[in-house]
Amino acid sequence: MGSSSIFLDNTRLGHPTPPGAAGRVRSWIRRLASGDEVAHIITLIFAASIVLVTLLLVLELYRNSALPRHKFGWAFFVTSIWDPVFENFGALPFIYGTLVTSAVALLIAVPLGVGAAIFLAELAPPRISDALTFVIELLAAVPSVIFGMLGIFILVPILRIYVEPFLKSTLGFLPLFQGPMFGVGFLAAGLVLAIMVVPFILSVSREVLLAVPVEQREAALALGATRWEATWKVVVPYARPGILGSVFLALARALGETMAVTMVIGNDPRISASLFAPGYSIAAVIANEFTEAPGDLYRQSLIEMGLVLFILTFILNGLARLLILATTGRGTERA
Amino acid sequence: MNRRTWRKVVNGVMLGLTGVCALATVSVLFFILGYLVLNGGRYLSWTFLTHLPVPVGETGGGMANAIVGSGKLLLVAAGVGLPVGFMGGVYLAEFGGRTFPFLVRYTADLLNGVPSIVMGIFAYTVVVLPMHSFSAVAGGLALGAMLIPIVLRSTEEFMRAVPRSMREGALALGANKWRAIATVVVPAAIRGIATGMLLSLARVAGETAPLLFTSFGNPYWSSGFRQPTSSLPVMIYTYAISAYDDWHRQAWAAGLVLLALVLAANIGARMILSRRMSSARG
Repeated sequence: MGSSSIFLDNTRLGHPTPPGAAGRVRSWIRRLASGDEVAHIITLIFAASIVLVTLLLVLELYRNSALPRHKFGWAFFVTSIWDPVFENFGALPFIYGTLVTSAVALLIAVPLGVGAAIFLAELAPPRISDALTFVIELLAAVPSVIFGMLGIFILVPILRIYVEPFLKSTLGFLPLFQGPMFGVGFLAAGLVLAIMVVPFILSVSREVLLAVPVEQREAALALGATRWEATWKVVVPYARPGILGSVFLALARALGETMAVTMVIGNDPRISASLFAPGYSIAAVIANEFTEAPGDLYRQSLIEMGLVLFILTFILNGLARLLILATTGRGTERA
Repeated sequence: MNRRTWRKVVNGVMLGLTGVCALATVSVLFFILGYLVLNGGRYLSWTFLTHLPVPVGETGGGMANAIVGSGKLLLVAAGVGLPVGFMGGVYLAEFGGRTFPFLVRYTADLLNGVPSIVMGIFAYTVVVLPMHSFSAVAGGLALGAMLIPIVLRSTEEFMRAVPRSMREGALALGANKWRAIATVVVPAAIRGIATGMLLSLARVAGETAPLLFTSFGNPYWSSGFRQPTSSLPVMIYTYAISAYDDWHRQAWAAGLVLLALVLAANIGARMILSRRMSSARG
């Protein structure tokens, strides 16, 4: 309600509304004539259209993925064959690639983002904190195709020549760091994703940290805690649900990110334990093969993967909003 | 080392590490910016901005059609997304009860999180399939759908920030509710609303994924809005993954143009807003 309640129904002021249904109708007609109700209905239609567009989106994805649902059923999600020639489609390699790259991204981005958020919320003077936050918001505005381009031309060569041989010689006993080194692959995609989702973790975590009551810090410091102990043992646990929400938001971004991943993941529908190996992700296969998909079954299999992606991000975003709402008390109230 | 010194050391090290995290994140942006300016700036020329692409093998040429194409796509997107987002935002801020606005807000937040490639599929099934052709309309629609939730939430926020007393003043002078909104509340919030719109356009201007199979691409000028249309982000993508050095150079130049436009819009929006804040506070 909030601000809307202050608008008195000024047509009602001069003419006391007669009681009963007939009176209500008459008062409504009067408001309609004054234009208020017309404005209300018009804006309501626009607002409702957002819900309708979202419903239409779900319906279109569902309707246009009927063929693979009937033909493959649930086996679609656990089959790792991707054979456009014989029209045999399974989504497993793409689901695997999406999950692995997102996991790598979060492993790097969560400590980095939360650490930087602690610095900006707890240590930096407000002026510097605001300036740095603005720079980080700009980083979030950089188009993903530019991250992809820098990934191809800078990150991939560095990985192939320096980082991957180093990892292989030091941690090569782990299956994660074995096999031939191409540069492109899960590791490259995960790294690019990490850089892309850090701003999301950072800005939301900073907000929730700033929302922690100052008394919490003061109480901890008064008990003799160091600055770090007060932050790590009192402030961060207090803000934990909101921070978790920011991680979910970042995960949703990472799962759906298309261009940067497509450009560095290697585009090979195979499941490999090694992070050096090329792979594929759901978004990348849609981006690469959708225009060229000749058959309906082929295209609809891609759309079904789009539906999976939609459902995953839908759930994650919903959870994230609720968690942030629980921490700051205003998640959906203010973006 | 006794416990006290140990705690002090941990304190210093960990706080220092958080600073390193912040510095690392911030430096990524400056690295990207610096690299693109150095690398793209070298290949940026007047020809690049005013000429059509040339076939593989010939050097030179430009991306004029992609720059105009991006403009066209944004025009369609703005035509679809801005009015819907704005009116929806007015509804949330000024009308409405409890449950429905919550539903609208929640849906808008979820729509905002939908992967852009899925928006592309949506526009494909709704526009490209019935029209049997890739078109600027389809691409613009995909971008427009992405604009809606951003514009909606920023419009609502800036209208809520208008003081109650201004609404009360308008009503006391005998205005209807809709008149008070149209002549007092919206004008008071218009700078913020316009900034929100600018930011939303800057965000979708860099989107590539929803355009791949909606507006597709076109090596020539596209006339009207019903033909395949090239756009800067898609050109960058195609040129960057190609095998030709000359195309790579063009991709860097295009990347610089795109990044400059997007960042300029963001910085401009920020400046408009901060000036408004300081003038409002006196």
